[in-house]
Amino acid sequence: MAVAAPAPVGSRGKKTKEWKSPDEGQGRLAAIMLSPTFLVLILVIGLPILLGIRQSFYTTGGLDAQGFAIEGDQFNGLKNYTAIFHGATADRFWNAFYVTTLFTVVCVVIETVIGTAMALIMNRAFKGRSLIRASILIPWAIPTVVSAVLWKWIFNANGVANDVLGNQILWSTDGIQAQMAVIIADTWKTAPFIGLLVLAGLQVIPEEVYEAAKIDGSSTWNSFLHITLPLVKPALLVAVLFRMLQTLAMFDLPYVLVGKGKPSVETLSILAQQESVNTRYGPAAAYAVLLFLYLVLLAYAFIKLLGADVIGDAAPKRAKVKGQKRSKVGRSVAKGDMP
Amino acid sequence: MIVTSLRKPAEVFEKAAVPSPPSFQNYTAVFDPVNNFARALLNSIIVAGVTTVAVLIIGVFAAYALARLDFRGKNLALSAIIATSMFPGIALVVPLLKIFTDIGWINTYQALILPSMSFALPLSVWNLTAFFRQMPQELEQAAMVDGCTQWQAFRKVILPIAAPGVFTTAIIAFVAAWNEFIIALTMTNKSDFFTAVVAISQFQGKTGRDIPVGSQMAAGVILTIPLIIMVLAFQRRIVSGLTAGGVK
Repeated sequence: MAVAAPAPVGSRGKKTKEWKSPDEGQGRLAAIMLSPTFLVLILVIGLPILLGIRQSFYTTGGLDAQGFAIEGDQFNGLKNYTAIFHGATADRFWNAFYVTTLFTVVCVVIETVIGTAMALIMNRAFKGRSLIRASILIPWAIPTVVSAVLWKWIFNANGVANDVLGNQILWSTDGIQAQMAVIIADTWKTAPFIGLLVLAGLQVIPEEVYEAAKIDGSSTWNSFLHITLPLVKPALLVAVLFRMLQTLAMFDLPYVLVGKGKPSVETLSILAQQESVNTRYGPAAAYAVLLFLYLVLLAYAFIKLLGADVIGDAAPKRAKVKGQKRSKVGRSVAKGDMP
Repeated sequence: MIVTSLRKPAEVFEKAAVPSPPSFQNYTAVFDPVNNFARALLNSIIVAGVTTVAVLIIGVFAAYALARLDFRGKNLALSAIIATSMFPGIALVVPLLKIFTDIGWINTYQALILPSMSFALPLSVWNLTAFFRQMPQELEQAAMVDGCTQWQAFRKVILPIAAPGVFTTAIIAFVAAWNEFIIALTMTNKSDFFTAVVAISQFQGKTGRDIPVGSQMAAGVILTIPLIIMVLAFQRRIVSGLTAGGVK
């Protein structure tokens, strides 16, 4: 069973001998070139999402009135959703919702601050730049699962963390310390990445701007506040948005570092995954849909409130900042952390 | 991590900076048949490799169209691709698990590769678009003056020059696919089809309650070293890929 979608073949791009209006020819060529990508995206994303939404209104299995097992799916209306909000599972859902939100807010804030600080330091440092770059990329390249295992060892009851702190904290059991462990590990892995993106934004700020500010008697802090931040804002916003979306869907780090079935680190992703592995597809799909809606809502609010320009220079709607190209985040890597 | 992987299993919580004597017991333990780790490594290479190649072949065309051609709905296409890259993995995993269960795809390679494309493709198209945008427009114009069609200009002039960009994108996509966990975990339940990251999280100790920290570390080292070498060798490229378009 071949996996690859049919790639367009050269001969399909009609080689017209006479000169057509460029727009028409370009439009056709664009359609041909884009079709395989959209075909794959529809197949692996569009279709599953629709099926998932459909699934969330159905239930699988159960018994009918005569006590026979039911084959196939039953239409269940909104029961999967109402069951989430009322009933035995409500606590579990609200807990997962709270954990997901907590991780997102705390991690993203800490990572942004540390990442920006890193970028500022790197921007100053001209010596050992490649060394710094390497040290930033290594956490990014280490698989999340491996870093989770590594931190698990550090946070072990007899591990390094307790050794350094000189007390006995049971990090990976449950409760607040497990949450802290996840937050620390996540920060270690992705703060450098934010730093990298912010650094890219910093490097386009011309030195003269700072000199002018200095002559006008601006303090370093003032310069940072009124020059650096506004100019770096586009790059920073995009980085924060992507990180936010990834943290909301966080799965592998808590799953491996602390384990499943631990309420204090059960994110919505873990909850949905556990439900679907137990073949309760209906509720699982409902959880996933809720998470998805939550994500869309937050992303939309974020873009609207802060005006994050995600599309970059493809959307020439707003004035460019000093003619610089807006930072287009090549869809961040940390998707590996999924992502 | 490397240090720990060289300790004897009994000494994993020793604090000395250098293990004495260094022992490769953990490494031999990793390849113990119980863990099936060699097979998992192979699986990872197959899945990440096929995903990367497939995604690049498809993505290169889309990226070129987005970077160079003028057509209606271009912004819509760009937005759609970005939007897909923001989808949480779990929203795909739940329905896909059911579909794959129904058509008997659990524990198959295609069940791992297809979903992996869902995040590797937007990522690659995005990166490649940035690379193509940085190329001087004059290249194609010259080719077209010499009588090439737009398509020929793309194939004969642009693609060969874009090789470094394509290569960088390949690395980024490969790393992303290599590190993927949730799909690989959910779509497999036989150790013959575990990818390496799943295998690590599932390592069995010799006794029930024993967590084999040492061999997990060793496996982690084995899994990470190739990535680190790759990243260090091409770090400058990767950084410019990750921050594509930010620095002009």
